[in-house]
Amino acid sequence: MPIHLHRAERLWLILGGAMLAIFFAVIVTAAVVEGFDPPSHVQSIDPAKVAQTPPFDHPGLRQIGAHEYEVYYIARIFAFEPKKITVPVGSKVTFYVTSADVEHGFSIPQTGVNTMVTPGWVSTVSHTFKTAGTLLLICNEYCGASHQLMAATVEVR
Amino acid sequence: MAQVIAPPARVIPTRFELSSADGDLLVLTHIYTATLVLGVGALFGMLQGFSRANWIVMPSWFDYYRMLTAHGVLMALVFTTFFITGLITYVTYHSIKRERSVRIGWIGYIVMLVGTTMATIEILAGNATVLYTFYAPLKADPLFYIGTTLLVVGTWFVAYDILENVVWFKRNNPGVLSPLPSFLGAATMTMWVIATIGVATEMIFMLIPWSLGWVPGVDVSLSRMLFWYFGHPLVYFWIMGAYIIWYTILPATFKGSLFSDALTRLAFILLLVLSTPVGLHHQYLEPGISAGWKLLHTTLTYGVVIPSFMTAFALFATFEIAARKAGVRGFWNIVRWLPWKNPAFAGPACAMLLFIPGGFGGIVNNSYSMDVLVHNTMWIVGHFHITVGGPVALTFIGASYQLVPALTGRKLFAPRLALIQVYTWFVGMVIMSTAMHWAGLLGAPRRVSDVTYFGAQGAASWHPYMIAAGIGGTLIAISVLLFVIVATGTFVANRRENPVQYGELTFAVPEPGAAQTPRALDQLGRWAVISLVLAVLAYAGPVTQQLTAHAYPAVGMRTW
Repeated sequence: MPIHLHRAERLWLILGGAMLAIFFAVIVTAAVVEGFDPPSHVQSIDPAKVAQTPPFDHPGLRQIGAHEYEVYYIARIFAFEPKKITVPVGSKVTFYVTSADVEHGFSIPQTGVNTMVTPGWVSTVSHTFKTAGTLLLICNEYCGASHQLMAATVEVR
Repeated sequence: MAQVIAPPARVIPTRFELSSADGDLLVLTHIYTATLVLGVGALFGMLQGFSRANWIVMPSWFDYYRMLTAHGVLMALVFTTFFITGLITYVTYHSIKRERSVRIGWIGYIVMLVGTTMATIEILAGNATVLYTFYAPLKADPLFYIGTTLLVVGTWFVAYDILENVVWFKRNNPGVLSPLPSFLGAATMTMWVIATIGVATEMIFMLIPWSLGWVPGVDVSLSRMLFWYFGHPLVYFWIMGAYIIWYTILPATFKGSLFSDALTRLAFILLLVLSTPVGLHHQYLEPGISAGWKLLHTTLTYGVVIPSFMTAFALFATFEIAARKAGVRGFWNIVRWLPWKNPAFAGPACAMLLFIPGGFGGIVNNSYSMDVLVHNTMWIVGHFHITVGGPVALTFIGASYQLVPALTGRKLFAPRLALIQVYTWFVGMVIMSTAMHWAGLLGAPRRVSDVTYFGAQGAASWHPYMIAAGIGGTLIAISVLLFVIVATGTFVANRRENPVQYGELTFAVPEPGAAQTPRALDQLGRWAVISLVLAVLAYAGPVTQQLTAHAYPAVGMRTW
């Protein structure tokens, strides 16, 4: 297309395009080589029957290896079940979360644990806890009048 | 040949009179409606800042989340939409001169107003505390959904009106390019119509029948995907409105010209084509959507950055060319030469400065796997306040300092106050947005009335930033108050403008001897088809995934 492009503008767009291409290459490399994808688990569940559906009928922590744990959470207004879990330093924990009612969030600030919790689906995310501390686990998607109270605790020691 | 028609200077009316036939009254009504909404929305925004800083606790009869819903709906959906539809009506009517009926335009305005009123009453009454994203299964009263839908339907009348004018021009001027301002307006409204199909489908076929009790349940995931099909192009609707001002109206304040007719059209065509197929970048952290679809939308989102790069270049070139023509050379000399004491320049120019960090923040947010660090944190709130709250709103305010005198023939009331308004906004937004971004990096959540979490250790670092954001928000609210005073004063004081200046608002035209614009860049219909095809390609996979998954229709509930 015969559009006149000033030399300076061509340079500017090439530099801008190259910057975007580099960003994109980093993201794709991280996703394909290292498996850094956002939580995208595709497993449905009936939100009305969460409390009767295994393994969510017994929410809580399970040890599955020397330093590996699984934990099943039910999110419902305005609390998480379990309210508190305790794991040793160095544990790799895989979180499985589902909602029994509305949309919730599931986030442990300043860690990589952050996912939406959509009714009808199971969300999952893994994290290795390397330092001891009392971590705050919060609902970070508006779910109703007492949303600001919806929190739980992850104790690492 | 580039054909850009400037509105001819008109005869000064002896009294305040607007001819409804040329649509100026319609445009003015849009602008003043937007001004009123901005005033109310800013008050709610300020009180939110106070709540989060723990200076006040909202009473139970008007709780934080009700106010947050009102702020989000009024600012993101109502203020922006009324201003942009008014602006595009203005640039179209004034760049295409003809005998015209403004009936369709008025019908559009009234439908938008009725819808807005219905939705606002429901929100203020506490029957729709669902925030501006109204995620099911939260279930508001039917009138909220019907009102919001009418707001969208009203804009379709405006879109029809704009496109009818452009089609009329092309039919009566074969072989002539459509005037640039009308083309930019038509491209924006075309993008908007394609985008609003998503939210209209969600409303008409899902949420409205569900809230009326006609269907027992709603597919939550599908409704969310339809919302975000609309939710991101909504952002570009705002930005295109600001770009129309930057390209066509702003240069008049420093006697600048249009950098390139062809590249301006190309930027808007890219925005038309690429704004819609990118919505999944708002849903990176959602279950039930495969990672591959999300990565596809990441790619396309990078594409939509290109027209903004082009715009940045064109605007700085416009500044430099105008300065050189005036005999000014050197970076700082050019900066000093620009009319920073004219609020109609200072508003959009400060807006551009805010868009530099705002735009780069947007590129960061698109970073797929890294989104886990910022999703649903205050970082996002900081981002959209330094984009829609900065570049977009401040551009609209600055432009109205030019538009209202041009439309009414009245002098701008207290121009010094208007100038203070612009800089107060700028400083307030820098403080508030910076504090929000930092709080977000520390993990502070958005959409929550109080971030103290009963004194939990993990929340201890957030509070100081909430205080800074509260201070910045107060400055912005003061700025909005000044704007409302200037806007009201201009109307009430009724001081006649110097006849020479009346109607002086001219659209920027290219320098003489500029290169011709290729015809392909004036064929909007063709680009609209490409835009639709791309939207279908980007969404066919994810929507099919939703439709074929085992869905559990949600009955819905009121949790507030």
